[in-house]
Amino acid sequence: MQRKISKTPAGAAAADWPGQIYRVLKSHRVGQVSYVPDAGHKRLIELCHADRGMKVVPLTTEEEGIGLAAGAWLGGERAALLMQSSGVGNCMNALTLSANCGFPLLMVVTMRGEWGEFNPWQIPMGQATPEALRLGGVHTLRLERTEDALETTVAAAKLAFEGYGAAAVLIAQRLIGTKSFGEKP
Amino acid sequence: MSDAKLDRRKVVQALLDQRGDLLVVAGLGSSAWDCTAAGDHPLTFPLWGAMGLACVMGLGLALAQPRRRVLVVTGDGEMLMGLGSLATIAAQRPGNLAIVVLDNERYGETGMQPTHTAYGTDLAAVALACGFAEAKLIRSDAQVAAVRSGIHRGKGPLFYQVKVKRDAAPLVLPPRDGAYLKQRFREALIGKTAAAE
Repeated sequence: MQRKISKTPAGAAAADWPGQIYRVLKSHRVGQVSYVPDAGHKRLIELCHADRGMKVVPLTTEEEGIGLAAGAWLGGERAALLMQSSGVGNCMNALTLSANCGFPLLMVVTMRGEWGEFNPWQIPMGQATPEALRLGGVHTLRLERTEDALETTVAAAKLAFEGYGAAAVLIAQRLIGTKSFGEKP
Repeated sequence: MSDAKLDRRKVVQALLDQRGDLLVVAGLGSSAWDCTAAGDHPLTFPLWGAMGLACVMGLGLALAQPRRRVLVVTGDGEMLMGLGSLATIAAQRPGNLAIVVLDNERYGETGMQPTHTAYGTDLAAVALACGFAEAKLIRSDAQVAAVRSGIHRGKGPLFYQVKVKRDAAPLVLPPRDGAYLKQRFREALIGKTAAAE
């Protein structure tokens, strides 16, 4: 399964939006990064795994990352959680940890079920994702353009770690490129 | 039918007696009440919700505090909701993490309905198959002493499934304010600077 990366007119630095997000995780002293993988997160996950200063935790289901982040914060460490939008629904009950206890939570969510989605099974959760997060008390910031990756992720990190709450960056499917199972775009 | 002889309150009391600098996460329901009955403590985080997440919370804490011993005390129902977390924990191999499941084969807070362990699910076998360094079924007082030793000195991740009687113990409730529980834990662990983070 290959995800087609759409060409952007932006410069090389902006095109490396996963690298920009990684740099924000570093500058905001994120020590634990957990994830359920998505093709759109492939490079960011690789960057984190390559960093010996980060503890990288593959999850069996997304809500584990919310418990993990709460435990990390109890122990004085910051955590981030990477997932695709289909995992957001799995997180709902766990969000009480941020809504009720004020545990910081930084989520980076790659969107499915929106721009040119070919898999109808992805559409219901993808369409419900922003509203589901809002209902769970998560502040959502949408990332539409690669050149905004750094600023948007910084804004979310501040909301999480300085605002003591939950914040999610929703990375638009159009930015990532639509999954096509090998068809020519 | 369960032929468990161990009393959950006495087991937890024995495990938390003279706990030293042990960090504790207690799963929601009876396990949290048991930990509170053993003595409310700032370095115990009792959950009142987020069912299924006690063990991964212990993992996040253990990874953040590799020099401290971390204990998760939870019930069979709470553990069953987060079975996948055993694989997540085993993949990290945290040497300082121990999990104690107080297994009465019942959902104690909701009317004593049987859990899957009542039908034969072997939680210790699941933990071992996931890759835990050690996973044991505990049925006697003599074994409880070994659990205590493992919690403080064993090479984790360790898993103990303790078969306990179904008797309901009197309610001994911890504070319910999650923000307070979080803040007192961080202050006791990190110091006054925790509030300035």
